[in-house]
Amino acid sequence: MKKETAKTLRAFAIELAIYALLVVAYFFLVLHFLGGWLYQLESQHRYIYASVAILLMIGQAVVLQNVTTLLLRFIRGRAG
Amino acid sequence: MFFPISGADISPIYLVIVGFVIGIMGGFFGVGGSFIAGPALRLVGLDWNFAVGTDLAHIVGKSVVAVRQHRAFGNVDLRLGCIMALGTIGGAEVGAQLIQALKRAGNVNLVVSIISIVVYLSISTFMLWESRKTLISQKGRLPRGKVKGVKSKEDHSAFGPVTRSIQQLKIWPMIALPASGIKEISLWLILFVAFVGGFFSGFLGGGAGYIRMPSMVYVLGIPTHLAVGTDLFEIIISASYGTFSHAVKGNVDILIALVMHTGAAIGAQIGAICTQYFAGPKIRLAFVPLPLIGAAIVIYTLFTGHKL
Repeated sequence: MKKETAKTLRAFAIELAIYALLVVAYFFLVLHFLGGWLYQLESQHRYIYASVAILLMIGQAVVLQNVTTLLLRFIRGRAG
Repeated sequence: MFFPISGADISPIYLVIVGFVIGIMGGFFGVGGSFIAGPALRLVGLDWNFAVGTDLAHIVGKSVVAVRQHRAFGNVDLRLGCIMALGTIGGAEVGAQLIQALKRAGNVNLVVSIISIVVYLSISTFMLWESRKTLISQKGRLPRGKVKGVKSKEDHSAFGPVTRSIQQLKIWPMIALPASGIKEISLWLILFVAFVGGFFSGFLGGGAGYIRMPSMVYVLGIPTHLAVGTDLFEIIISASYGTFSHAVKGNVDILIALVMHTGAAIGAQIGAICTQYFAGPKIRLAFVPLPLIGAAIVIYTLFTGHKL
């Protein structure tokens, strides 16, 4: 049981580390390019901005969840 | 990191940590976590209007992640969630209108503060009494470790007899909620519970999950695990509506919300997975401090005059 817990925690720590690297890359690449465009949209086309904001949020949620699921599967597969 | 839409300069690490903490709470308790996210954004200098709107946008993303996870565990009643979303939106509009009326009367802060303190303290006290009583009566009978399958969704409550008599109210039309294990319940009862939750959401701010989740358990008789998952599903719809409305008014910095959500995405999954290890009454007992935190924040702002 303890061995299993240690294994799960180790997999989780590795997942967090990889996830953190991905997130940092995400900040510098995606947000840097999106920032200017979203700022323009927010000041000129509020209704389009509101729709894009919701779509971006849902899209990011789906992508990030799939990324974490894949990471976890990959790490567990290698550990197992 | 500079966020041009709101003009704020905030550390992305801070945002990710805040998102992570709120994500865990949201995934586990089925709440939006506005009572923590709002003050946390205010602390780093974000204007109040941006804090409210941006938090709503982040709640949408976090709830999507948590709902997908809960759905995999069979914890989401889609039919109930869709019906409740209608009542919530209606209630939120009425709550917001009442706030406007109180603003015109000039005593909005005092009235809202006192009502919110009473509501928060009542919920905490009632849930503490009920969950403790249920746990004592169930001592030795609750499963330990990971609770799997339909058995894990069976819920016991010291308030059960009252809930059953509420369920027996025959006000047409009656509908069935097979996913929640309810054979027949009045549609109006569901809409009423959702309306009350929405009303407090519009009146006190935030998603009001701290009112809706307990109401689903105690009034409608939804098992706790399903109430958490379904409440999150309902939050996606109502928070999307709120986000759109605030974004049109210029109150949403989506870049801040996206950064916060990177932490919330992983936190929400952890929270949702954790629900599988706890029986309903234990989740309800762990819920007790949340409204108390909300009450403490309101008392602080009331006495100091600082709006967090």
